[in-house]
Amino acid sequence: MSTVEERVKKIVCEQLGVKESEVQNTSSFVEDLGADSLDTVELVMALEEEFETEIPDEEAEKLGSVQDAIDYIVAHT
Amino acid sequence: MSLEGKVALVTGATRGIGKAIAHELARQGAEVVGTATSAEGAESITEGLKSAGFKGYGIVMNVADADSIEAGLKQLTEQSGAPQILVNNAGITRDNLLMRLKDDDWTSVLETNLSSVYRTSKAVLRGMAKARWGRIINISSVVAGMGNPGQGNYCAAKAGVEGFTRSLAKEMSNRGITANCVAPGFIDTDMTKKLDDKQRDAMLEIIPAGRLGEPEEVASVVAFLASQGAAYVTGETIHVNGGMYMG
Repeated sequence: MSTVEERVKKIVCEQLGVKESEVQNTSSFVEDLGADSLDTVELVMALEEEFETEIPDEEAEKLGSVQDAIDYIVAHT
Repeated sequence: MSLEGKVALVTGATRGIGKAIAHELARQGAEVVGTATSAEGAESITEGLKSAGFKGYGIVMNVADADSIEAGLKQLTEQSGAPQILVNNAGITRDNLLMRLKDDDWTSVLETNLSSVYRTSKAVLRGMAKARWGRIINISSVVAGMGNPGQGNYCAAKAGVEGFTRSLAKEMSNRGITANCVAPGFIDTDMTKKLDDKQRDAMLEIIPAGRLGEPEEVASVVAFLASQGAAYVTGETIHVNGGMYMG
C-alpha cells in the first residue's frame, strides 16, 4: 500500500502533467507546477475521489502546496 | 462514421427536434441515450432507435429535477460510460403576455429550460474534462435574440442559455470541450403546431425561406457541432431559421 504522500504526488503528476521529479512537498500548485484555476479544481476533485472524502470549498482554497494537500488528507481520512 | 465510440446524451428526445437529433447522432455512429419524462416516452425512444437500426436507448429523466438528473446520469454511466456529447434540448413553453403571466409559468419555464442546462452540464463536465474531449450543444431559440410577445419567460430562459454557454465555452476550452448553441427558428414540431392559422401565416411572412424548417435541418447542425471538425468552434450560436433573423 502506498503512503498518502505517494498517492497525493501521483495524482498531482497525473492532473498537472508534471514529472515526479518536479513535485516536491514544498511545491506550490500554481507557482511551481503551473496549475491554473481549473487545474486546481480538477486536482481537488481527483483527491476527493482517490481518498473517498469531500473537501469543502473553503478548505480546498487553502490547499496551496503538495504538503498542504498531504496534511489535509492525513487529518481528514 | 465520425462519432463512433462516443456516448451522447440528448434530453427531450421523444419527438420533434430532440428525436431528430438523437437519430442523427446515432447515424453518425454515437451510442445515443435519449431522455423522456415518462417510462412510455423512454420506451418509445428505445423502440425508435432500435427500429432504425441504431445503437442507444431511452431513459426517464425530468430535467427540472436535480435528483432525477443525478439518477438518470448514474444509470447511463453504469450502462454505457460517461457521455462525451450532451445535447440540452428538453424545453417547454408556457406562453402568456407578461401582464397575465403567472409566477408558476415563469418558474417552470426557467427551471426546465435554463436551470436544467446548468445541472446537466455540470454533471457531465467531470467526465469530459478527464477525457479531454467533450461537446455540449444547447438548443436555444430564435426568440432569444429577437424577443417575442407572450414569451417573456421562454425568451429569458433561452437568452440565459446562450450567455451560460459562452461562459462555459471559455472555462472549458483548454480541456478540449466545446459549448455551443443552436437556435432554431420556426420548425415543424408539436410546439409550433400549437399556433393557430393566423399566427402561422404571420410567421411565414417573416421567413425569407417561405416555409417552416424540418427537425432534421436542426439535427444536422447539431451533428456538425458534435463532430471532430467543429473542434475550434466554441461559444457560438448557430441560427437555423430560414433567414428570419440573422443576429
